[in-house]
Amino acid sequence: MADLRSNLAGIKSPNPFWLASAPPTNSGYQIMKAFDAGWGGAVWKTLGVPVVNVSSRYGALNYRDNRMVGFNNIELITDRPLADNLREIEEVKKRFPDHAIIASLMVETREQWHQIVKDAENAGADGLELNFGCPHGMCERGMGSAVGQEPKVLKMIVEWVKEVAKVPVIVKLTPNISDITRPAMAAREGGGDAISLINTIQSIVGVDIDNFVPYPVVDGKSTNGGYCGPAVKPIAMNMLKNCAQHPNINLPISGIGGIENWRDAVEFILLGATNVQVCTAVMHFGFGIIREMKAGLENYMDEKGFKTLDDFRGKALPNIMHWEDLNLKYKVVANINEEKCIGCQLCYTACEDGAHQAIGLSSDPLNRIPHIIEENCVGCNLCSLVCPVEDCIEMERRDDGKQEITWKDRTLAGNIPTTFDDELAGGRHHWVPEPEAALVTPKPVHYRG
Amino acid sequence: MSEFLPPSSESEFENNFKQIKPLMNETEAYYESSRCLFCYDAPCINACPSSIDIPLFIRQINSKNPLSSAKTIYDSNYFGYACGKVCPTEVLCEGACVYNHQDVKPIEIGRLQSFATDKAIRSNKQLYRLPPSNGKKVAIIGAGPAGISCACELKMLGFDVDIYESKEKSSGLTVYGVAPYKITNKEALDEMDYLENQFKYKVHYNKAISTKAQIEELEKKYDAILIGFGLGKTSMISISGEEKENCFGAVEFVEKLRMTHHKTNVPKNVIVLGGGNTAMDAASESARMGAEKVILAYRRGKEEMGAYDFEYDLAKGVGVKGIFNVSPLEILGNGKVTGVKFIRTQIVNGKLENIAGSEFTESCDWVIKATGQSKQVELLKMMSGISIDAKGRIEVDQETFQTKNPKYFAAGDAVSGGQEVVNAAAEGRKAARGISKSLSK
Repeated sequence: MADLRSNLAGIKSPNPFWLASAPPTNSGYQIMKAFDAGWGGAVWKTLGVPVVNVSSRYGALNYRDNRMVGFNNIELITDRPLADNLREIEEVKKRFPDHAIIASLMVETREQWHQIVKDAENAGADGLELNFGCPHGMCERGMGSAVGQEPKVLKMIVEWVKEVAKVPVIVKLTPNISDITRPAMAAREGGGDAISLINTIQSIVGVDIDNFVPYPVVDGKSTNGGYCGPAVKPIAMNMLKNCAQHPNINLPISGIGGIENWRDAVEFILLGATNVQVCTAVMHFGFGIIREMKAGLENYMDEKGFKTLDDFRGKALPNIMHWEDLNLKYKVVANINEEKCIGCQLCYTACEDGAHQAIGLSSDPLNRIPHIIEENCVGCNLCSLVCPVEDCIEMERRDDGKQEITWKDRTLAGNIPTTFDDELAGGRHHWVPEPEAALVTPKPVHYRG
Repeated sequence: MSEFLPPSSESEFENNFKQIKPLMNETEAYYESSRCLFCYDAPCINACPSSIDIPLFIRQINSKNPLSSAKTIYDSNYFGYACGKVCPTEVLCEGACVYNHQDVKPIEIGRLQSFATDKAIRSNKQLYRLPPSNGKKVAIIGAGPAGISCACELKMLGFDVDIYESKEKSSGLTVYGVAPYKITNKEALDEMDYLENQFKYKVHYNKAISTKAQIEELEKKYDAILIGFGLGKTSMISISGEEKENCFGAVEFVEKLRMTHHKTNVPKNVIVLGGGNTAMDAASESARMGAEKVILAYRRGKEEMGAYDFEYDLAKGVGVKGIFNVSPLEILGNGKVTGVKFIRTQIVNGKLENIAGSEFTESCDWVIKATGQSKQVELLKMMSGISIDAKGRIEVDQETFQTKNPKYFAAGDAVSGGQEVVNAAAEGRKAARGISKSLSK
């Protein structure tokens, strides 16, 4: 049986699933309930000088019938007195000694940092997470992402914390920056024990087009929020990869961003995360989703023969190269399985209008099955991505697998296009229709006029 | 001409008995599972007699983890596949789906359930690890949903289990009694093989327990005995001519049909007596076997039928004609059935009464009685100390399913008087826990 136990920079938890610092970790009540449901750890909603919040705080991006594929909030850190939070930390820790409780912290001065670190440790926190990520409200006051965007300031505050901290210190990074590895390096230089990423992305989630105000609406006005949920996962994974691959960062990483099921968690771990944190999915479906996540991760590990999380952590990293290192000789083309095709012709229109005109239709109007024009197909995948039928369009390999030439090789060999009309242009010998042909290409009746 | 021609081959039979809940393909299962809202304290779970964690197993299908999904199902119901196909989901889980309140089609829970468990059955993956034997032995009489479920659960609790089955196949009414358009024999038996491989209980087939000596031997050899033998033959309705050739019970007809398929010869005119789900099945099946005229005769009004509406609709959909407020007086014919003499009925002061002078005759070649099965009272009398209620049902503790004789436990139709596969499966499992509790005292 797979062993799900996790250890992030010395912070141990029975499994790698933590709740991220957010509304679900606002109180001891919620966290006890989560631990009881099976969560391995929780990062307490950020402690600091309590705030005052506005009413109406969240907005969502729905995609067709899927609600909350993206989620946006303008809520600030905890609005509860520190003493209440500390007392509850102590209580939860007493009841669940083997689960991880991490205190998320955000204050201003060195003295405040020293004080709150000691308070959190005295309450029994297993670790600290420095919130340098919040991109709304708090940043206007010089905290949150305002710190995360200034590596020098970030480093200084991590040093302040490390002056007194006895438990591991996780630095939570903001994605609202062009190069995530710079604050990550600063976290390391300041003495941080781990990093967590990503915090939310600055966003406008939607606009009320009748009243001309973005969501969420506060008395007819709005402000930018922090964006999270399934839609941000690809951005989070890229930043995770950047930090995990960086030769000098070398810190354990707690992965955050759109994680909702076991597959998401596995992807983050394959990209180098030591554990994962979840928020939006819990805000949508409740703590009960942990059942699916744990069973799925366990089943995956058993199927693959992984005994511990370490057995597959970062396993995808060696396969992520620079573009210039990819094999230019590798060649795939699309193949449509006529047995499976249902005749929607989405692949045709996607390729025809959106890609390389490599799919044709039959001249027989009763035959709705498109065909691949293989000599035009560049192997872009688009048709297989829009196809609504499982395994109907598959990409088949056409090169013999024996040759490998990368852009780097060609550059070194002086075999790359360098002038605007170079003979070596990749598309030079690839067929492209004449512009006028667009007007005589047959179109469906309802497209005309 | 009837809508269906009498099937002359297995494939024609399959065609006439097309599955009403066919297996989903990957795409359909993915789309359908995406629709599930993952309700908190989900009404579908509460509507399921076996309390399967439905939102969880659907979520596991959606995250492409069908084996964990199957395990979630089997964790609550060992007849996961069969129940997905044969459960009256319209009035259970799917009937409780919150989408119904929004006039949106409820999630097809039954078909999703069969989708996930089918993956597990085909993979033949071991989902459970059995604990070492605790040395205690339990005999189970009857390899139906109650007996098999009890056996699986007992094995998970460390007991040695022997099942005694009078017929040559296990799964009970799932293979012998359910309408063929709900589940095929192969589907039912594949799940049984999967369970047997997984839980390693021993089934003794063609081994009816019917004598006092056999019962005494079981009592000597085993620490506990589960009665899971369900109901007996169709009861006599005590009207003249009932003994005639071609007048028989619905359960006997369905069993023959399930075992001999297209080789079952169904005549042109059939009358089915009764208003329960078994009557609907027998009528539907007669029509699908090519009978040209199938009459369903019920002595009360249509609204009072015990059958689910959708079951009556299924029968009507294949041309069955319902006649109501008619009571059979006599089965006509000279040795063989030629018709039924009916009298019209009405309710007077809440009592069903015949209307004098309203007799009429319907001709037919077969009379199928779907008027209830007898209880196995004779057999029960051989087991000392078991008490039965006025309707012949075994009295058990509602938690442990222990009978008045502490050595005996009972579950399924022998206790309920006749319910769904899912009820028996749920009870069998509870009985196993009752047995374990009792034997570990």
